[in-house]
Amino acid sequence: MADVTTLQYTAEHEWVLVDGDIATVGITAYAADKLGDVVFVELPKSGSALAEGAIVGEIESTKSVGELFAPVDGEVVESNDAVVSDPSLVNSDPFGEGWLIKVKFTALPTLLSHAEYTALVGE
Amino acid sequence: MTEGEFCPQPLAPGELLTDIEPTASAHTDRTSPLHDIHVAGGASFTDFAGWQMPVSYGSDLAEHHAVRTAAGIFDISHMAEILVTGADAAAFLDYALAGRLSAIGDFQAKYSLLLDETGGIIDDLVVYRLGDEKFFVVANAGNRAPVVAALHARAEGFDNLEVVDQSDDIALIAVQGPVSRSILEATSAITGTTVPLDELKYYWSTDAFFDGTPLLIGRTGYTGEDGFELYITVDRAAELWQALVEAGVDKGLIPAGLASRDTLRLEAGMPLYGHELGRGTFPVQAGLGRVVNLKKENDFVGRTAIEAGPVDGARVLVGLTTEGRRAGRADYSVFANDTEVGIITSGALSPTLGYPVAMAYVDPGVIEAGDPLFIDVRGTRIPATVVSLPFYKRKAN
Repeated sequence: MADVTTLQYTAEHEWVLVDGDIATVGITAYAADKLGDVVFVELPKSGSALAEGAIVGEIESTKSVGELFAPVDGEVVESNDAVVSDPSLVNSDPFGEGWLIKVKFTALPTLLSHAEYTALVGE
Repeated sequence: MTEGEFCPQPLAPGELLTDIEPTASAHTDRTSPLHDIHVAGGASFTDFAGWQMPVSYGSDLAEHHAVRTAAGIFDISHMAEILVTGADAAAFLDYALAGRLSAIGDFQAKYSLLLDETGGIIDDLVVYRLGDEKFFVVANAGNRAPVVAALHARAEGFDNLEVVDQSDDIALIAVQGPVSRSILEATSAITGTTVPLDELKYYWSTDAFFDGTPLLIGRTGYTGEDGFELYITVDRAAELWQALVEAGVDKGLIPAGLASRDTLRLEAGMPLYGHELGRGTFPVQAGLGRVVNLKKENDFVGRTAIEAGPVDGARVLVGLTTEGRRAGRADYSVFANDTEVGIITSGALSPTLGYPVAMAYVDPGVIEAGDPLFIDVRGTRIPATVVSLPFYKRKAN
């Protein structure tokens, strides 16, 4: 599991881990908890071009549907097959094994710090 | 990530009760007498009809499966309870509600409907008869005000009648699941049942005591499993919950929230007000024609409209199943060929069955014609099969 204090965040409850020009993206524990048990995940395939803000996937729980927004411009270099076959990883380890996609980004927007995201969700 | 549909139970069609917005947990809303227990138990809360109620205690799926295989305990203290007493009570309810409540026996319960003059549904209710002149009406939390107002209005002309809203004084705990009876029997502080629980039939109730405090136990519920609903004054609710949990922990009992309650009732084909039922719905469209007793000699509110019936071709409630794992959700369209022929009112990936299920109102003609149906799941057409309700039926005891 990543150190949550070093991650960056979006207001759409996603986290972004930047390593060189690769961004790993997942949803936060707060979002996973609010969704409830995740039962279906659809992710963009490797090679897909992403535009920041576009809807690129779905995270579905028994009671609701969440949309995955691209947090950056770039190209998907890997999507997490493990989470597609076992969506419960999003709940059990949202910052670790429950990661969703890795993106080779061309531009990195201003994201939220851990402190800013924590303030946003009030926890 | 943002939310498409994030709430187990809306107040009104299409009206979302909660969103992922972080201020949802602000303590401005009403809380149950069991709230502190839920907080200590790690519950997530949702706003429901102005109440902060547990949506889950960690895993709604685990809670769902516990109710199907062992037992779950639900706090549904937000429900409304109205006591109707007096020599005219039975005649009044025969007039005010769709069923013939005068025909049920002491301590029998009956599912009924409160209709408006147009035949639309103000609320669906469970009525317990507690004596010759005493009835206990249980209504949905979101409909408390209109139900109480309608009952008071309809009481005019009945002289020997008292209608009292007791909702603020009464807590309601449901224990649901195949081992629920053994849990109540193992709760030593529950005594004095007038009917032994192993002889209490489905939709009957009994008086009892919890550590000296009067208790009403109904063999009723909203999950499709055997189970009980326990009514007690709010001051003893926390102790009753703790006693039930202590008695049940070795039997697989876990606390369960509104999220699992919703998937359980959906599998059982039970309607939810605001989804399958509303002011614009005739009972017969919802498959509840049998709940309206047209053999009653007396007039009752909505009778004229019900006898006229809905217009020909009015949509009817059906069950739909689909393959894969993407579920149709409330407000998604149902298509036959390229024509929209219906709309989903509730849907989820069924935790028990492992495939998506939905309830939908559809044009009756397409059912008769047997046309292939599709659900539009966010732009993707998924073939759907019409099935009879319920989706899930428990095995006979």
